[in-house]
Amino acid sequence: MQTIEQYLPTHPFFAGLDDEALALVTGCAVNAHVRTGAYLFREGEPADTFYVVRSGRVAIRMRLPTDAVVVDTARDGDVVGWSWLVPPYRWTFDAVATEDTSFVSIDGACLRGKCEADPALGYALLQRVVRIMSTRLHSARVRLLDLYGTRS
Amino acid sequence: MSLPVQVAAGSERATRLIDVTGLQALIDALTGRGFTVIGPTVRAGAIVNAPIVSVADLPAGWGDDQDAGRYRLRRRDDDKLFGFATGAQSAKPVFFPTQEVLWRGRRDGEEFSVEPDERAAAEAPYAVLGVRSCDLSALGIHDTVLTGRLHQDTGYGARRTGAFVVAVTCSDPGGTCFCVSMGTGPRPEPGRGAPYDLALTELVDGGRHRFVVEVVSERGAELMDEIGAGPAAPDEVASADRVAEDAAGRMGRTLDTFELKELLYANAESPIWDAVAERCLSCTNCTAVCPTCFCTSVEDVTDLSGDVAGRERVWDSCFNADFAYIHGGTVRGSTRSRYRQWMTHKLGSWIDQFGMSGCVGCGRCITWCPAAIDITEEAAALRAAAVASPSGEG
Amino acid sequence: MTMLPRPFRVTRTTRDTQDTHTLDLVALDGEPLAFASGQFTMLDAFGVGEVPISISGDPGRPEVLRHTIRDVGSVSRALATAAPGAVLGVRGPFGTGWEVGAGRGGDVVFVAGGIGLAPLRPAVLEVVRAREDYDRVVLLYGARTPEDILFGDDLRSWAEDHDIDVEVIVDNGPHAWRGSVGLVTQLIDRAEFDATRTLALICGPEVMMRHSAAALGDRGVPRARVRLSMERNMKCGVGLCGHCQLREYFLCLDGPVLSYDALEPLMARAEL
Repeated sequence: MQTIEQYLPTHPFFAGLDDEALALVTGCAVNAHVRTGAYLFREGEPADTFYVVRSGRVAIRMRLPTDAVVVDTARDGDVVGWSWLVPPYRWTFDAVATEDTSFVSIDGACLRGKCEADPALGYALLQRVVRIMSTRLHSARVRLLDLYGTRS
Repeated sequence: MSLPVQVAAGSERATRLIDVTGLQALIDALTGRGFTVIGPTVRAGAIVNAPIVSVADLPAGWGDDQDAGRYRLRRRDDDKLFGFATGAQSAKPVFFPTQEVLWRGRRDGEEFSVEPDERAAAEAPYAVLGVRSCDLSALGIHDTVLTGRLHQDTGYGARRTGAFVVAVTCSDPGGTCFCVSMGTGPRPEPGRGAPYDLALTELVDGGRHRFVVEVVSERGAELMDEIGAGPAAPDEVASADRVAEDAAGRMGRTLDTFELKELLYANAESPIWDAVAERCLSCTNCTAVCPTCFCTSVEDVTDLSGDVAGRERVWDSCFNADFAYIHGGTVRGSTRSRYRQWMTHKLGSWIDQFGMSGCVGCGRCITWCPAAIDITEEAAALRAAAVASPSGEG
Repeated sequence: MTMLPRPFRVTRTTRDTQDTHTLDLVALDGEPLAFASGQFTMLDAFGVGEVPISISGDPGRPEVLRHTIRDVGSVSRALATAAPGAVLGVRGPFGTGWEVGAGRGGDVVFVAGGIGLAPLRPAVLEVVRAREDYDRVVLLYGARTPEDILFGDDLRSWAEDHDIDVEVIVDNGPHAWRGSVGLVTQLIDRAEFDATRTLALICGPEVMMRHSAAALGDRGVPRARVRLSMERNMKCGVGLCGHCQLREYFLCLDGPVLSYDALEPLMARAEL
């Protein structure tokens, strides 16, 4: 298996980041692995981690009284979570592995500190997070249209 | 569909002269051959096509005043029978009725059986008298649309088969006419539009009331022989030519057709559509009087038991609210989109679909619009707006 | 005569989802209805009305006419709930087909959204019947929820027995759902196919088709090699009533299957 240094540049989120920036990010990162059914985090918990999915699948779930609804999934090449960037740094949903999942776990506080010290790094990461958020927002909006429901 | 056989132009039999008595003889001869003769009549303040048996049924001495949103009959100071521009309807309702039964059926337990309606074929053949050149072009367009493609309107085809057409040159074009812009008149021409048998040019002067008759078909020539019509003298033929030339110079409107389709396609978001939508009532008058509109809908009718059912085809209009309905809503909900659809289709996409413009310049849509919307003005406005801001949408 | 419905008897019905049924029909006179994948018929519920429904059956077995019908109105409800033994009227087949054979020697990507899988099914069966003529075959399918997934048995068989990459994604799922959640366009971004040698066939709600066509374009599939099945109001199915026009195209004659290079400028406008 590749080391974090070898893997991160191949992940779509980090494409185009220079070596210096990558080194800074790697300094906050560890490899992690969870089994099917394990929670990465739950809604309301402090959001301290940025998850970079290497393999497997993570379900983003919202809890209802009678069920939990999966509203998004993340696979290899995706990332999970930006609440580590947004005060009050609390998770707004549950994340559960629906397959055995490997990921690079990046410490949120560590990364925030480095971004504050190095605005160029901060901007580069923020650009990438905004793109993810934009894609997720668009996806949520289109599903809000309920195209397969009563509309054509 | 059997077409009238052409007689060689310029032959001795190609132009005849008849008077009003001769016209009556022509009507009688057609009636005698089993045709239902349809011609213009005055009814409730308008010129309306109806079955006729006599010259006395025709609108002698009547002319019309037409403008955007305005139609009036007026008394002429002569007895011309065709001294008006157009009636509210063309020949369209004769061959393409507002309502037509497609089939009737009956349920029998789980099964059902259907029978096509054969009435069209059983109807007496029609002879239409007084078809304007623009309407002749419109009839030709309908021949293409309704019988010239993969699937045919069999009722229309049955009614067109053997139909006798007596066209007429316009002597008094109206305030909304623009057949010259559309290349469809004011004089009928063989090979342009639907085939016809005879074309009349009415001449009233020096106390004489007569018609120069252009003979186009074999059977038209036979009828002229039967009623004893003699040849038209060269000076009469020249007078008839002058009537047509004079009419061509008195068009009420013009339409610039240069690259009109491309203009419409490229300017689907023009503010002109918003402007016309403020005035358009989506009332469907224009589509009702247009001689080339052909859209229809179907209505299923049943008796109370649900065991006897039928399907009827009825005229429809793209201006109707549910014309473009698909589950979840209608595609063209705004008046703006419907007006755009109608005009883009009529002047633009029709060309891609059928190889010719859908507009024949008859002016009826302008005359009969209660909001006085003028398709020629809208086209000019669109062109001016496009020139002013050539964003070009493609 | 193209305006007369032919009587067909319902021989079998299957409830696919809570609002969708599949009907098998056989002509009373026994004549099979030969059709091309992507074509539709005008299906008539005697005394109720008639609507266009895409054929969802196997073009190689025209003795049985199969339709998958979603209840969205009074006519479709009468059709969808017809019981075995009921007789419906059929006119057709009408319209242009998918012509998936144009993808021979290359890759084929099917993108289906919701009920859109039904009109694509005949084309998938065509490919399955001649699987060796095609390279990679990919089926990407978006549904509302796992309960709304159509033709589950077919999907499994295509994936397991016929070397088709089947990916399903839902708008949302219950907690036990282990599959993907999101938009079918996400699947297009990740799917493995050679864009330069791909024929793509898309069917579903218009917004979904438009986005999917754009996503395929971003992957490098030429617009002329992307085909969509468009839907508009239809009254006659034979090009005479005028209702199904999409600018210059009569969807019952020039469509419903049209290529994206013709459609792109039309789909970019509202209310066309």
